[in-house]
Amino acid sequence: MDQNEYKSGSRLEKVLASGQFALTGELGPPKGADRQYVEKKAGYLSNTVDAANITDNQTAIVRMSSFAASLIASSSGVEPVMQITTRDRNRLAIQSEVVGASALGVRNILCLSGDHHSFGNHPQAKRVYDIDSVQLVAMLQKMRDEGIFECGEAIRNSKKSDPTPPKIFIGAAANPFAEPLDFRVVRLAKKIKAGADFIQTQVVYDMDRFRQWMKEVCDQGLHEQAYILAGVTPLKSARMAQYMKENVSGISIPDDLVQRLSSAEDQKNEGIRIAIEQMEQLKEIKGLSGIHLMAIGAEKQVPRIAEEAGFLPRPELMKEVP
Amino acid sequence: MIVAEQKPFQEIVESVQDHQKLLVLGCGTCVTVCMAGGEREVGVLAKQLQLAAKKEERKLEVMEHTITRQCDGEFFDSAVSAKIEEADAVLSLGCGVGVQHIVELFPETIVRPGLNTRFYGANLQQGVWAERCAGCGTCLLEDYEGICPVARCSKSLLNGPCGGSSNGMCEVDPDHIECAWQLIYERMKKLKKLDKLVDYKAPRDWSRDIHGGPRRATREDMMF
Repeated sequence: MDQNEYKSGSRLEKVLASGQFALTGELGPPKGADRQYVEKKAGYLSNTVDAANITDNQTAIVRMSSFAASLIASSSGVEPVMQITTRDRNRLAIQSEVVGASALGVRNILCLSGDHHSFGNHPQAKRVYDIDSVQLVAMLQKMRDEGIFECGEAIRNSKKSDPTPPKIFIGAAANPFAEPLDFRVVRLAKKIKAGADFIQTQVVYDMDRFRQWMKEVCDQGLHEQAYILAGVTPLKSARMAQYMKENVSGISIPDDLVQRLSSAEDQKNEGIRIAIEQMEQLKEIKGLSGIHLMAIGAEKQVPRIAEEAGFLPRPELMKEVP
Repeated sequence: MIVAEQKPFQEIVESVQDHQKLLVLGCGTCVTVCMAGGEREVGVLAKQLQLAAKKEERKLEVMEHTITRQCDGEFFDSAVSAKIEEADAVLSLGCGVGVQHIVELFPETIVRPGLNTRFYGANLQQGVWAERCAGCGTCLLEDYEGICPVARCSKSLLNGPCGGSSNGMCEVDPDHIECAWQLIYERMKKLKKLDKLVDYKAPRDWSRDIHGGPRRATREDMMF
């Protein structure tokens, strides 16, 4: 494909467009103004994943901005997928950030509504939610493909100058396990129709339910309209698994998985082995284009997981793009 | 109705402690119905304030009065006006609208709020009120068949549910907040109108909400 035919020219887009099974990672920015923290984590991910999601004040706890950490990751050899939530910023702030990020070379953006701020460290904050995640996808699509802002004005410096729209590969999230279950594929279709180029799913533990969801996705041909990447997170212990099972909405963990962890001698290692097996199983599911490996707080393990699951080396083209 | 609740008693005591002649003024509409600021509450609060003053050996005279609506000038008759002027402060048990309206009508008077005004809500059962309207200025209830995602979804999502509900309850407060999207989905399903949820809803115009600045409604046909 010619460079100009890509929507964004990002490494992630090129890997997916070439039909190769993609691997994305995740990098959570630090709480402090600590550049080295991002560089260190990026070190585990560069040459291991095609791109890494840089979270946006995840769990509603204030951290280094996704934008800044994306730039640090980029200069450390990891292509960022800058996450944007609609929780903290209105349409003005988001659009200006997208234009700025594009100007500085950020090529992938993931659109989210974000964890509600009542869970974070500033529950007293005023909420925003000017737009929702589907509207964010549509807004970015309009900015990129029509060269206009949400209000309809052209993205250009003056009436005489040429339009300078952002070049971005647009991502959205999907949760096959959340309620109401019957609405999940409808919502995915809505996001794809709004302009999502790729989809990253919630963590998959319940493989049966995920297969069912993927079947519905394929029946509607949605896998041909956007690249779908399945979420994987290694469980650290049986306790963590049980806690998530009972307390985190939209996550389904089968009992036999919890059982397997609790009877393991080294639970952490067993969690990693489970993740590797899941990645191998997911690879075989029709319609899937890649894995989104969210090894939160365990970035160090990503090279091993990627290696043992047969994801290394990553496609050569990742070295072409600076 | 406008749902309000009484401020913590100590906060009320501190807000009026510099005044010796107090009028506790109730309101006969919304806050009477939600049992926060009607005639009954005025009576109870007036007695509590007198007791507190006595305990602290402070001189305090408390008058009581309740009018039909503090938000409407026509209910401020000569009897209540005389008491307002006689008092050196008014403790309003109206909503925030009532407090400000007294200030507008009686600019010389010090007025203290006795209530925290909460939301526009419905009375679900004895002693329970819940938010149902956000007063956003452009009603979308037709699109959602009578369940408002602006007021009732914790994120005001217009295009469908996030991943944060379990057993029909919102993760923000699973004991008390129903997931608005679960309700919308079930109602649409029952009405065989699920196709209404397929269409994309564009970002909305919030300018008729408070985001467009303080609002004003005019009816020229009603003006003199």
